[in-house]
Amino acid sequence: MINIRDKGAAIWENWGRPQRVAFAVILIAVVGLLPFGGNFSFTSFLNTPVSSYQAVLVYPVGMFVLMALGLNIVVGKSGLLDLGYVAFFAIGGYTAGLLGEYTSLNTWEILPIGMAAAMVAGVALGLPTLRLRGDYLAIVTLGFGEIVRIVALNTQSLGASTGIAAIPTPPKTFGLIFDIEHSNSYFWVVLIMILLVIWMVRRFTVRRPGRAWEAIRQDEDVAILMGVPILKYKIWSFSIGAAIGGAAGVIFASKTQYVAPNEFTFNVSVLILACVVFGGMGNIWGVILGGVILAYLPERIRFISNARQLVFGLTLVVIMNLRPDGILPRKKREKLGVKNKSVKEGSDV
Amino acid sequence: MRLEVKDLRVQYGKIEAIKGISFVVEEGEIVTLIGANGAGKTTTLKTISGLRPVASGQIIYNGEDISKMPAHERVNLGISQAPEGRGIFPGMTVLENLEIGKYSRKDRKNEMQEDLEKIYSLFPRLKERSSQAGGTLSGGEQQMLAIGRAMMARPKVLLLDEPSMGLAPMMIQNIFNIITEINTVLGTTILLVEQNAQQALQRANRAYILETGHIVKGAKASDLLNDPAVREAYLGTGAHS
Repeated sequence: MINIRDKGAAIWENWGRPQRVAFAVILIAVVGLLPFGGNFSFTSFLNTPVSSYQAVLVYPVGMFVLMALGLNIVVGKSGLLDLGYVAFFAIGGYTAGLLGEYTSLNTWEILPIGMAAAMVAGVALGLPTLRLRGDYLAIVTLGFGEIVRIVALNTQSLGASTGIAAIPTPPKTFGLIFDIEHSNSYFWVVLIMILLVIWMVRRFTVRRPGRAWEAIRQDEDVAILMGVPILKYKIWSFSIGAAIGGAAGVIFASKTQYVAPNEFTFNVSVLILACVVFGGMGNIWGVILGGVILAYLPERIRFISNARQLVFGLTLVVIMNLRPDGILPRKKREKLGVKNKSVKEGSDV
Repeated sequence: MRLEVKDLRVQYGKIEAIKGISFVVEEGEIVTLIGANGAGKTTTLKTISGLRPVASGQIIYNGEDISKMPAHERVNLGISQAPEGRGIFPGMTVLENLEIGKYSRKDRKNEMQEDLEKIYSLFPRLKERSSQAGGTLSGGEQQMLAIGRAMMARPKVLLLDEPSMGLAPMMIQNIFNIITEINTVLGTTILLVEQNAQQALQRANRAYILETGHIVKGAKASDLLNDPAVREAYLGTGAHS
């Protein structure tokens, strides 16, 4: 099978700076114009049958991509299996709900607070648990995701099962109106956040934190022997991922104007993780593609109602069989290395 | 620089793997710990580098007890380990593996080129393979990379865990020659853990024999090499042969 990732990377490598900038500008412009993509007869196939296409682009598509990028730092880059990522999404959402209800702060002021709250939760969860490895970490994070939801469900001041309603929408900003009629404004905000996260991840990858995460993911013990303070970098990875989840939560709450415990189930954690794995763990472009497909596809095929989940599940199974490392996996040499690991202990020269 | 282990005990759960051992590595020496499988050799090295916690006892380095110090800080002090099974990062290139060996060095930018040259002159093979993924190297090359990577941290003490494991005889000779060179030319102190007692005793200044968590003997390596009981037990060539 052709390796799209390597082909793409090769073309990119051959480009000079002007070509790269031009490509990035065109790409961002095309994605920015996506909300109008359903307006023409030849593109009307993009329209989703039940929810409006513009709304679908914000939630789930934009949100899933944003969260998948956040979770990718944790799972894909540092190899920490987090099964409770929804917790940070929920903490961001509830922060927006509470501050929206009891203070006069607007969404943009709440956004950093929501991110900080999620980050603090990430550190609080990470400090004791990131000493655990593999499966144990997965179980503890799974538990944490459920605990956050159950606490919300049983806390009267958080609205218990009915949640918090009438969360204020963001104020009019740069001429953009944010309300239920104007999904596009939210889409552009989410797009900007996604771009910021891509920029940040790309910076990290080639610098010390990226190297440290890579080492931790490949072999924790050896990373320690190289002098990498692994707990510190795991907590950084965890809390940066958490902050992104929190940001998504704040925007989500201000978009739907409503948060309730049943929005934040284990399902969400699994779906976001599926975006990462399906797209290609560790490779941001793969993860973005995974997020887009996994969020958009179920909405697009809503017309087949009951069989929808079946078709969705089948698609996942078929594609994961065809491309077990995801649609756009990370660099190929990685695979070579892993293959070789089994003979590592063997006797040879 | 002097490394001293004093009455060290290490446990895995309730099982005591190291039962109170003491030994010294003086500056500039090659000291070897030999012993059978399960004697506690690897555990001892892991405890010195900080991967395993100490149950009791002390690890004294330069007069300071480092037994409670986090592992990554010990690397900063100049204790570097090439782990058992080589521990190459399979998905990183040879060059990236070497670069990450410098992780602990504050002055890594300026030292990088100089030290890469140094490692490449010790192991010319690594230079040829520099852009290849670590996981695609042969066992011998991986061992070279593991030692080279540990040397990138400019260690004062180099801990080597079974560098001969799984290698062909020719390659074992080769690796041990380089270990000797690192000690004599670069002046790096070496603590070597080995099952290949013959090679280890030939190369080392002093040796300790480890049996099920105890040190049963410590002497000059050359004396042990000629000791009939040691020959019988560890060299497979008893007095009668």
